[in-house]
Amino acid sequence: MVVAVLAVQGAFAEHERMLDKLGIPYVELRKKEDLQKGYDGIILPGGESTVQGKLLLELGMYDAIKQQIKAGMPVLATCAGLILLADFIENDDREYFKTLPVTVKRNAYGRQLGSFHTEQEFKGLGNIPMTFIRAPYITEVSEGVEVLAKVDGNIVAVRYQNQLAMAFHPELDEDERIHKCFVQMITEASGTRP
Amino acid sequence: MENRYKLNKELAQMLKGGVIMDVTTPEQAKIAEAAGACAVMALERIPADIRAAGGVSRMSDPKMIKGIQNAVSIPVMAKCRIGHFVEAQLLEAIEIDYIDESEVLSPADDVYHIDKTKFKVPFVCGAKDLGEALRRISEGASMIRTKGEPGTGDVVQAVRHMRKMNSEIAKIKAMREDELFNEAKLLQVPYDLVLYVHENGKLPVVNFAAGGVATPADAALMMQLGAEGVFVGSGIFKSGNPEKRAAAIVKSVTNYTDASLIASLSEDLGEAMVGINEQEIELLMAERGK
Repeated sequence: MVVAVLAVQGAFAEHERMLDKLGIPYVELRKKEDLQKGYDGIILPGGESTVQGKLLLELGMYDAIKQQIKAGMPVLATCAGLILLADFIENDDREYFKTLPVTVKRNAYGRQLGSFHTEQEFKGLGNIPMTFIRAPYITEVSEGVEVLAKVDGNIVAVRYQNQLAMAFHPELDEDERIHKCFVQMITEASGTRP
Repeated sequence: MENRYKLNKELAQMLKGGVIMDVTTPEQAKIAEAAGACAVMALERIPADIRAAGGVSRMSDPKMIKGIQNAVSIPVMAKCRIGHFVEAQLLEAIEIDYIDESEVLSPADDVYHIDKTKFKVPFVCGAKDLGEALRRISEGASMIRTKGEPGTGDVVQAVRHMRKMNSEIAKIKAMREDELFNEAKLLQVPYDLVLYVHENGKLPVVNFAAGGVATPADAALMMQLGAEGVFVGSGIFKSGNPEKRAAAIVKSVTNYTDASLIASLSEDLGEAMVGINEQEIELLMAERGK
């Protein structure tokens, strides 16, 4: 099993550190040629969605990754990654992959003073640490989208088919359960062993 | 505050691999955002103009900063003078995302830096070497950048500062543990920070390059030397084609080892900022605040 980490901008090294801890090999996606490397799942990390979205397009990776996601390749998306997947962004005209039928609100908690850390229930995993950095949240979900976590009544994590997306950053804390859950998704999708 | 400090270091982690651009108007901020800036630094005059105008330079008009905050969705940073904790309080009051306690402005205090542990908003500070970096971190900085020499378009000092920091980190990493106490004394920094560098081989916060970056190749040079991202000040809006140059620098930072890509990005960028050589400058801003 190999996981691809989108590495155009943001906290991709933190996801790679998690994969290292789990003993999962990974490749970085920085340009079109990297898409030939061969991988079984994709991580879309935190960072600035405006930067990542623009670079995906201009470095020639957008169409191919969108097709891979639509074809069922497992995706783990955190913070900016969630914004890249969402069908609609409530407070922004920009649009990216549009493979996840939810509406998100960018910078939903305001500026950096609104960033926070909490521990809350995540469906099937129990309480997990959640770090929100200038984070979005989900304001609407379509049918078929499973809500996995809410904080103060707002949806912060969902699963839809092959896509696992959240507004917080599991890669910043030491808890490995979300990444293990993603590895499990890849195993189920490809029938290979981790 | 411990939790707050961690969150503030983590915002810097989200900026990694990105370019932070100096802007002086909401229009420039929008150009920077559209070109792929991961954050903007709001200031009244870019360093090259501060250098040309001379005189005392201070924190920008809060109204101008708010205008930029309203114009873009990416984080907005702003500068306060070294030691001017009231300017920092004002920036916190308008909910700035990051404060740069910066040598680009005229220092307000020639002995003390701001006690940044007293603030909820994060601070980035400049450093020429490891001692300066660790002193700023012990005062509460959650991000470090090289000082470089702002407003010159000359990358030599940023290179010097990055190399110095790297070699000092490598030296501490190779030391015996019983040598760390004396090293802390020599660097005039707390022992626990020296121990962190010894164990991890890096600073405990994100480290960007700044000062004199003017071309995609300059930015890639700093990344190859170990910077985790790049600040570009005068280099963009003092050049012939800011949009194109800004976008090229952003891509160059993402693919900083791909020489053929950077070569094609460097074509037809128009005129780079004119620049001043280190020897021609009368005021070394990097010597402010140690």
